[in-house]
Amino acid sequence: MTAVIAEPVRPRQKGQRSAFSNLVRTEAKLLIREVVPLLWGVGFPMVLLAIMGAFSHGADKALGGFSLVASYEPILIAFTMATFALQGLPTVLAGYRERGILRRLNATPVGAGRLLGAQLTVNITIALLATAGILIVGYAAFGVALPKQPAGFLLTLLLTAAGMLTLGLVVAALARNGRVAGAVGTMLFLPLMFFAGLWIPRSMMPAGLLRISDDTPLGASVAALQDTMSGQWPSASGLAILAAYAMAFGAVAWRFFRWE
Amino acid sequence: MTTTALEITNLRKRYGQKVAVDDLSLRVNEGEIFGILGPNGAGKTTTVECAEGLRRPDGGTVQVFGIDPYRDRTEARQLVGVQLQESQLPDKLTVAEAVELYASFYDRHADTEVLIGRLGLYEKRSARYRKLSGGQKQRLSIALALVGNPRLVVFDELTTGLDPAARRESWKLVEELRADGVTVLLVTHYADEAERLCDRVALIQAGRVAACGRPAELIEASRASHATLDDAIVALTTGEA
Repeated sequence: MTAVIAEPVRPRQKGQRSAFSNLVRTEAKLLIREVVPLLWGVGFPMVLLAIMGAFSHGADKALGGFSLVASYEPILIAFTMATFALQGLPTVLAGYRERGILRRLNATPVGAGRLLGAQLTVNITIALLATAGILIVGYAAFGVALPKQPAGFLLTLLLTAAGMLTLGLVVAALARNGRVAGAVGTMLFLPLMFFAGLWIPRSMMPAGLLRISDDTPLGASVAALQDTMSGQWPSASGLAILAAYAMAFGAVAWRFFRWE
Repeated sequence: MTTTALEITNLRKRYGQKVAVDDLSLRVNEGEIFGILGPNGAGKTTTVECAEGLRRPDGGTVQVFGIDPYRDRTEARQLVGVQLQESQLPDKLTVAEAVELYASFYDRHADTEVLIGRLGLYEKRSARYRKLSGGQKQRLSIALALVGNPRLVVFDELTTGLDPAARRESWKLVEELRADGVTVLLVTHYADEAERLCDRVALIQAGRVAACGRPAELIEASRASHATLDDAIVALTTGEA
């Protein structure tokens, strides 16, 4: 016997979108409807890029031979990554857990793990699109050369994304609810962006500060991105630091993440 | 021959030191509306969470149509629709989007438009979750429980917090499900609800089944001149006459 109230029944058709791709589409729609994360994570770096571009006067010795706008591109890429990974992702996931949404999904054949996957997919995709946007606008409007070591650039980008998303998962795992997660994410975002050089570019940091910056996730990321922009392969130690952060944050998130 | 929809045998579950379910057994036949009643903290929700495969029992067995809902959860969850206590949806998700998303989780799902219409949500199909009234949110959670075309539906506190009209609507819906041959497991605080809807009821107290039977039998079993199931429950779970 089957439910008449639930009839007519539609068997799944071939070519129908999978549950996962439906989850990705849904999470993407919900992110767009929130508006604020997009303004902050995509709009704000674009505005900063335009301002830097307008004030940029060619190569500057104080900026390590880069123009102002060129030296800020990696910082803005770190900014967009960190925004979606540390503010967007944990706020949504902790909110979903608080409101029983993850538990509800675990009572379906699909399970909440796939929603977690969809959230990661949506956030990394939008951060990568914003990164592409920064590179294209920088190139077309302000003549900043595209990364001359594209493979190294991409590798650095993916390691940075891995480190930031796993740190976002740590926040989502430990925060009691969505609001706390958002606050903790911002508290992490600000110092990480400081060491990435948002306020003082790395080339202007005093030696001691620069050494600390080298060992922070976003400082190491900006250094490696900078190298690949000018055609060098990033330093092995820099890449190792990025990979180590991703593994450490991933392990902590794995240990503490709860569905309810 | 009657098919067994749910069979729980000697179920045990504890959280740390606290024993939530202590040697609980019950059997639900296919097609019946089975009520689980009892005071707060008696272990009702833990019991149904084990039936839904959301929790792993510490001891005993649970079978849903012969399937272990924890070990073979993917298979079992195709057969069981659930409405959970205090479970919400994202604020900005619309009614139609939610139902269509959940439909895509199941091998054989209901026609989403027809289901939305039958639950009286057609006018609200493009409304966002946040804008819905309490009754509409509840109807949507029922739609999500039914969209996978389940053989067993678990309602945990279906009518808690609803106004009288919305409660009656929900009752009508449960009766329609019975007419369709769907098995319903109804967790409730309300004796009047159980008396009206349930074929059989299990009274749970301190993690065990204190009494089980047809509502009329339970009223009789409490012996004294109890007119309603409500009185019988109090008598059977507290020992007061």
